[in-house]
Amino acid sequence: MSENGSLVSKIKNLKYSHKYTPPLLITGIVLAAHLSFGILTGYRKLLLAIVASIITEAALHRWILGKWRSISSAYISGVSVGILIRSPMFWPYALCSMISIASKYVLRYKGRHLWNPSNFGVVAMLLLAPGSVAVLSIQWGNNMWAMLVIWIIGSISIYRLKRFHICATYVLSFLFFGLIRAYITGDPYLAEISPITGPMYQLFTFFMITDPKTTVKSKWGRCLVVFVVAFVEMILRLHEAVYAPFYALFIVGPIAMAIEIWWQDRHDKNEISTTSKSSAVNLST
Amino acid sequence: MAAKNNKISLIVIFAVLLVTPYVVSHYDTIKKVWSSENSGHQDALNRYGFYLKDVTSDWGVNFTHHAPKLDSKLDHIMPEVASVGASVSVSDFNNDGWQDFYLTNSEHGKPNALYENLGNGHFKNVASQMGVADVNTKATGVSMSSVWGDYDNDGYEDLFIAKWGKPMLFHNDKGKGFTKVDLGSEFPDWVNSNTAVWFDYDNDGLLDLFMGGYFDENIDLWHLKSTLMMPESFEYAKNGGRTYLFHNLGNGKFKEVSKKMGVVSNRWTYAATAADVDHSGYPDLILANDYGVDQLFLNQKGKEFYNAAQKVGIGFVPKSGMNASLGDVMNRGRLAIYITNISEPGVLIQGNSLWVPTVPSEKLQYKNLAENLGIELGGWSYGAQFGDLNLDGNQDLYVANGFYSGKKGTDYWYDFSKVAGGNKKIIADAKNWPAMKGRSLSGYQQNKIWINDGAGKFQEVADAVGGKLKLDSRAVALADLNNDGTLEILVASQGAPFKIYKNTVAASHNWIGFKLKGTKSNSSAIGAEVEIYWNSNRQVQVVNSASGFSAENQRPLYFGLGETGSVQKAIIHWPSGHTQTIKNPDINTLHTITESVPS
Repeated sequence: MSENGSLVSKIKNLKYSHKYTPPLLITGIVLAAHLSFGILTGYRKLLLAIVASIITEAALHRWILGKWRSISSAYISGVSVGILIRSPMFWPYALCSMISIASKYVLRYKGRHLWNPSNFGVVAMLLLAPGSVAVLSIQWGNNMWAMLVIWIIGSISIYRLKRFHICATYVLSFLFFGLIRAYITGDPYLAEISPITGPMYQLFTFFMITDPKTTVKSKWGRCLVVFVVAFVEMILRLHEAVYAPFYALFIVGPIAMAIEIWWQDRHDKNEISTTSKSSAVNLST
Repeated sequence: MAAKNNKISLIVIFAVLLVTPYVVSHYDTIKKVWSSENSGHQDALNRYGFYLKDVTSDWGVNFTHHAPKLDSKLDHIMPEVASVGASVSVSDFNNDGWQDFYLTNSEHGKPNALYENLGNGHFKNVASQMGVADVNTKATGVSMSSVWGDYDNDGYEDLFIAKWGKPMLFHNDKGKGFTKVDLGSEFPDWVNSNTAVWFDYDNDGLLDLFMGGYFDENIDLWHLKSTLMMPESFEYAKNGGRTYLFHNLGNGKFKEVSKKMGVVSNRWTYAATAADVDHSGYPDLILANDYGVDQLFLNQKGKEFYNAAQKVGIGFVPKSGMNASLGDVMNRGRLAIYITNISEPGVLIQGNSLWVPTVPSEKLQYKNLAENLGIELGGWSYGAQFGDLNLDGNQDLYVANGFYSGKKGTDYWYDFSKVAGGNKKIIADAKNWPAMKGRSLSGYQQNKIWINDGAGKFQEVADAVGGKLKLDSRAVALADLNNDGTLEILVASQGAPFKIYKNTVAASHNWIGFKLKGTKSNSSAIGAEVEIYWNSNRQVQVVNSASGFSAENQRPLYFGLGETGSVQKAIIHWPSGHTQTIKNPDINTLHTITESVPS
């Protein structure tokens, strides 16, 4: 009885944390898209990507930091890889996940990782194994409603996480730069903005550019960074890079992070130095 | 110190992780660089058991395909829309024992060709005198493919032409000429079809006809009312042309029964073939669909069909189906289905599919083993055929590749992928597609010749055996054109010259062939299966009409035997249900077998 009571009280005490929103959101989107349209090439590849991601995270975190950590982040990276990578083979899914997670532990500057893990993994696979790997480039079925539902649910969820401004800035920047691209290339504007109607962009917008660990801290800073991402993407698109958004984030993301870390570090040092000086002055007076 | 060691170890592991995809992905290239490959004929014979030689002009064949020129509203993406129409179908139309072939053209005013095999190493284009040349007109549209079948059982193969226009059937007048058949009101006045299949779905001894649709049949591609004619999705499109199934009534007339028989689809069908894949005694239909999932219509004793593709494991993942061909690649007496798709490095990797039936076969189920066998990545693949090119007893595979070879060093993929990934409101309207401006789209891709080692792997040998070809190929057919027991390769390419590759096989390799003639079954013996047993091996082949993409192989079935000197038995399963067994048939012989039905 007491055990049951304790269980019931534990369940009652369970509180929903916003940190569960991204993994739940991405899981919901994947399941809905797969059950409706068969977006995945099979569950096995997705599972492989998730398992490889989680195992790599657990092993490296334990090895490097001597403790276990939550699997939420590794899960999102695994799911992102499982959806974004398109290959008829199995090995790219495992390797991409492993590279994504390992990049967090290797490519660090002043104790913080610079690249969004799955962004790094996907770009690495595109550059190193283009003959075996592509990125998801089809739409969710052929129904406008499916697309709108995902945009609406995604936007609400991201809004609750207080990161909607990032997505909104990026989408508006993309639409704006689409106008410039259409003007330069002479191609229809609809053709230029067509990619954003696909799931690749939905995942990119909701999960990659909003990653708390690899975005700068200030709200306006984040907006500026994604604006620059969209600008670099435009340049890359004008040079006909098919997966321009991933490359743009790959280039801009770590530079922005590095600048912020450097700036923060300098600011902290100045503060310490100022504090020391004022302490010294106080002492002398 | 320990932390520093950990850091170094971590960096090493990371470097290994980064190097691994590069090595795995480039394994074949690395292997080729390291292996010292000699491309001489003798070396090819020693290594692979055969070599090829382009004999097209030597044998008197000179034919270049012309692509359609459609409505000027499509000028900006013309190569993308007018991308098909080169086809080849083999038949001994005059029953002289030598295989002839028919080639299609796809521009108004450009004639098709019927090359008669003169039997002396030369061919003659007799299309005009036979009355099957001038079929590409403004009034009746242009040819996309052709398929032979003796629909009236008079012993001569008749010719059906699938068109972007009015479909045509020509009756073969005893090999002396062809007469256009009035198809009557059951046939549509206009379709945009790329594939047709003769098969006897109800086993009544009369060949019926399936015809697939690509663009919607209400669209006249030369006079567009609207530019809303592209697929509504790159992988989920259902706005293509409809399917037709014509039941042969036996009096030279046909009745359209697709709805009644449950063969209903609007899925942009590019290729179709038929065989009894579930051993029900009735032939089933396999459809390779562009912009979506493929379909397998299982025949319910000739009464109706149902699409079992998803149930059997085939029809769930949408790709760009271009080809449907059948081959017993593992010598298990079961036919695998090969569907080609699109693979472009770094852009789109769909991979070709080899659907292998699971064994034992209580319940029909397929597994895609293309990757395991090494025949997954072709390119932008179109037609494919199985055949034992080196007569070693294993079915090899030829795959045609390449979409559009425009200006060298250019690429339309970026613009293509931009729109292909978009919503249907955008993708379906041709005016939203950026102009191609002569740019290539998966152009200059080489066709693949994969030889089967019999141990579960295929090896690509096109360069080594002299079969290198990069012409945006579409259709491929296999036929013994010089009656020496080996299969020549016939390749039709889009807007490019037709090619014949003569095959020379190591003298120690034996073969056996079967030319079937139905009596109770249809005269063409389409649907008949021959199963041979030799030296602990077993292989099955089926007599098809359409096979691959816009192609038809020769009617006789050829089996390679390697160095084996005898065959224990050959079992023939006729469409009528009758079975004939031939014990110890002679090898290196083409056996002509007439269906003997017990009285």
